[in-house]
Amino acid sequence: MHRRQDHEGHQLTVALQTAILAIVFSAAGRAQDANKADFSKQALQAKIDYCKTCHGTSGQGYHGASPIPRLAGQQAEYFENQLRAFIERRRDNKYMYSVSHVLSPAMRTALAAHFKDLNPKPLGGAPRELVAGGKKIYEEGFSGADVPPCASCHGPEGKGDGAFPRLAGQLQDYILNKLVNWSSERGQDPKNPDTSAIMEPIAHALTKPQIAAVAAYLNYLE
Amino acid sequence: MSSIDRKHQGVKAQMMKFVKSKIAILAFVASAVPALAGDIESVGVRNCTWCHGTSGQGFTIAPRLAGQRHQYIETQLLSFSRHTRDNPFSKQYMWGAAANLSSRTARDLAIYFSTLPPKAANDGDGEIAAIGRTLYEDGNPDSNIAACAVCHGPNAEGIRGIPRLGGLSYSYLKRKLKQWNEGYHAAAEPPMPLVASKLSPSDIEALASYLSFVR
Repeated sequence: MHRRQDHEGHQLTVALQTAILAIVFSAAGRAQDANKADFSKQALQAKIDYCKTCHGTSGQGYHGASPIPRLAGQQAEYFENQLRAFIERRRDNKYMYSVSHVLSPAMRTALAAHFKDLNPKPLGGAPRELVAGGKKIYEEGFSGADVPPCASCHGPEGKGDGAFPRLAGQLQDYILNKLVNWSSERGQDPKNPDTSAIMEPIAHALTKPQIAAVAAYLNYLE
Repeated sequence: MSSIDRKHQGVKAQMMKFVKSKIAILAFVASAVPALAGDIESVGVRNCTWCHGTSGQGFTIAPRLAGQRHQYIETQLLSFSRHTRDNPFSKQYMWGAAANLSSRTARDLAIYFSTLPPKAANDGDGEIAAIGRTLYEDGNPDSNIAACAVCHGPNAEGIRGIPRLGGLSYSYLKRKLKQWNEGYHAAAEPPMPLVASKLSPSDIEALASYLSFVR
């Protein structure tokens, strides 16, 4: 009797352990699925189209009432960081708050992944005569002032890296607006400073003509 | 001089004063009107105002041209002449009207109408205009409707080649938005068919109503 009970007990233990393992693994699987099951393919495509309504049919940006930035090829980490910044109002933009606060984290990740892979030609249009001077600033910065070479963080080709955004192919007037108005748009929650603080002294140290030149150079970079 | 003569002198003086002041006003106004190239003054403008109204404010199905972005008018004239913009009224009326315009004339006409002061049509449904205003300024992120203001400006004034919508007639705006949903896409700037595809009929009516009142 004792041995039979032992055997049954042993079987129960194994069954229990197997069950627990099964639950744990399927829960892990479900956690990953939860990220995906959050929305349908159609919902994702509808959201992508929605972004493209303003940001350009290939994410290349658009000159609307104010310049709407290129998203194509943007670093996914930076992309997601900005959406969170809009939602948490650390970055102030009423239109972007409106469209982003309805997005789940999984949707934001999916959108970032989609735009990262797009590669349309730059919109261009910046004054060509500024490009040479802008390239020099981009690659060398200003040793006297608080301006390291942009390339040191944004990459030699302006493609960015992780939290540092891609700048290549960006709209010139967009870059100009952002840098000139850095402190009034970014870092709006002093209790929760974010990576935008890195750019603040640089944005302030650059003069408007210098910004216009760098932005013109970046405007044509592929 | 008799008292009657003196009275006539007084009246004459008053009349001269009246006439002089009117001449002064006329001279001021005439100098303020933009100089027109000879050809559009004699032919072009009248060809347009037959339908679009003497001050370009629009009339029945013909939309207001007064105060419209000149780049937009120009691109539409080109679109008519190339038959790209092909909805029924465009085909029936504008293909002929734009057929023989040189690009110089088209540009001059566009600039002329853009300088005329626009008047709002005010013909929408006032009760749903507030809904339209919310759609215009904020869009609807749950139904993926973009805020029109992002491109058309905070006061629907347009910019560069993006048209002014403020004060256009309710029926015209409604027709345009419906037509994009019906497949008249060829002439439209890329986002417009996509935007329109998200708008329900009541969204369209609310938007068109709101915009008809915007000055």
